[in-house]
Amino acid sequence: MTAKTLYDKLVDSHTVTELPDGDLLVYVDFHIMNEYTSPQAFSGLAEKGLDVWRPEAHLAVVDHVNGTSRQGGPDPESRLLISNLEKNCHTHEIAFYGLGDPRQGIEHVVVPEQGLVAPGMLIACGDSHTTTYGAFGALGFGIGTSEVEHVLASQTLRYKRLKPMRISVNGQVAPGATAKDIIMHVIRVVGAGGANGYAVEFAGDAIVALDMSGRMTVCNMAVELGARAALIAADEVTTAACSGHAGSVFAGSDIEVWGSDAGADFDRDISIDAAEIVPLVSWGTSPDQSLPVDGYVPVLEDMQTPAAEQSLLRALDYMGLQPGQKLEGIPIDSAFIGSCTNSRIEDLRSAAQVLRGRRVADGVKAIIVPGSALTRVLAEAEGLDVIFKSAGFEWRPESGCSMCLAMNDDVALDGERVASSTNRNFEGRQGRGARTHLMSPAMVAASAVAGHIVDVREYHTAKGDNHA
Amino acid sequence: MPEQVTGQMAAFPQPNVDTDVIMPKRFLKTITRRGLADGTFADLRFDEQGNALPDFVLSKADFRNASVLVVGSNFGCGSSREHAVWGLRQLGIQAIIGTDFGGIFYDNARKNGLVLPIVSKAIQSELLALASKPDVNALVDIANKTIAVDGSSFEFEMDPATRQALLDERDETLDTLALSAQIRAYEQDHFKNLKVKVAR
Ligand code: SF4
Repeated sequence: MTAKTLYDKLVDSHTVTELPDGDLLVYVDFHIMNEYTSPQAFSGLAEKGLDVWRPEAHLAVVDHVNGTSRQGGPDPESRLLISNLEKNCHTHEIAFYGLGDPRQGIEHVVVPEQGLVAPGMLIACGDSHTTTYGAFGALGFGIGTSEVEHVLASQTLRYKRLKPMRISVNGQVAPGATAKDIIMHVIRVVGAGGANGYAVEFAGDAIVALDMSGRMTVCNMAVELGARAALIAADEVTTAACSGHAGSVFAGSDIEVWGSDAGADFDRDISIDAAEIVPLVSWGTSPDQSLPVDGYVPVLEDMQTPAAEQSLLRALDYMGLQPGQKLEGIPIDSAFIGSCTNSRIEDLRSAAQVLRGRRVADGVKAIIVPGSALTRVLAEAEGLDVIFKSAGFEWRPESGCSMCLAMNDDVALDGERVASSTNRNFEGRQGRGARTHLMSPAMVAASAVAGHIVDVREYHTAKGDNHA
Repeated sequence: MPEQVTGQMAAFPQPNVDTDVIMPKRFLKTITRRGLADGTFADLRFDEQGNALPDFVLSKADFRNASVLVVGSNFGCGSSREHAVWGLRQLGIQAIIGTDFGGIFYDNARKNGLVLPIVSKAIQSELLALASKPDVNALVDIANKTIAVDGSSFEFEMDPATRQALLDERDETLDTLALSAQIRAYEQDHFKNLKVKVAR
């Protein structure tokens, strides 16, 4: 038998049939929906007079448009999106975790929390960060609304096999560097779009050493490489994370199956030295435009082509930065900790560690939005909310995407500079003209305290420990 | 869909144009697919007061009617929002020629008859140069996978399933449901290993 990659095992085990045009028809074990990429899929079903194939294989959550300082949507359009989803789920008998439900939260935080992901599964969702589930040795990928309709009606998708790529991160990361810094570094090396057409498997001791939350951060942001799928082989960490959920889909037996066979072939095999990975911060408007926090904004002479010069100038103009400017010390207006990349309990703990006994600098608006209602309850039980509030962070009573995409109450203003634990620094992502600097939650916390971009390693001293 | 699309070209060489830029989030709060033309590239086309921003290529008189864009690498990266493709179609865009595209965007395009020919870097540069001149038309031949401009012909790539889907304009959902028996048979076997039941 030839050696297979984890990716091929996942695709093969879900292939219903090969279609005459070369696409595969793959079976979707589980499908998640949100309020804004699903409405037209449900109307598609209605227009064609179709039913949902298997209602119990779907979950709908409200997360993108809802406010997090209060319940409900900020405007009539948002409220319509929410009530429309609830109605559609009711009609088709689909699980709906709406506002006020104790299980509500950001889709990719809720699903693992509910035990709904396990190695060997195929999971689809109308959201690009569905790659998150690769952390469990499951194949998760984002789909468009037409495909949401397709999976609702048939429990399958038409699928093109991707090329397998392996990215090995070998050795140990530098002190102070987190999973967020690993993936930001990888994106910097491979490039935004560097993995277009590929399914990326992350390997190497720096990856294996991560807990499940860190693995999710890595797989989550792999979509910023263009990877349509991101995977990490299942191991004891996976088993531990999957076990112990009431109603878990995890069967537990065949964990060792869900990794690549020794000698499996990859179309690209990239090796990265973990020792080079330090805390990073993005300076531009594409997730690959980031640098070590003690670095300097690139200068025109660093650019290889006129097109690269153009895009550097455009990014710097948007970001209000100068070529060669030192990153540390750039003043920030606000700090945001949240999003499906970094709003799990582990992320909150790492931010709290920095904030214990410290205060947010004057003039900085600082917000923490836990990834789910359950995460919030857990954090409050640990007393983290007290640490955040005494530091001057706003601790939000509701959960959702919030300022990650600013499709709700939380919109950064034109020119506002945000230290952000999110995944995308695109132009306008956090609001028209808003300037996003991506970094780890601990870096956001440290920068909030300093009032400017700062190296978190200076904050990993014992300073605040006796103030808690 | 006809085997060919033809229209005036415009060049938009910026790399990594993401779907947030193609369709800003304020236009996503809709339960229909309609009314998205104005939202398309809105922050590049208009200032906050709604005045046209003259620098954007599709704002220029010479390119206002362009329907074939030649773009930079990694166009359509980012979010899964199909609204980006609906909007481009409603703005009259028929084809977007580039070296590589965001994966979900690429699949969304196929579902909506938006043609995305993939060309080499060398051809991309030639086409960008041609598209920078006003009133240059391109004929994108899906059946033969060629682009004709000014008497020259350029080859492009397109996977067979996407090409077939564009040519046939089938309803893929209904097509798949014709295979229901096969899906049921697969489930029978598959459920021995895993059956997901989400608590309501
Ligand atoms: S938190 Fe951000 S990236 Fe994640 S699902 Fe919400 S909007 Fe998308």
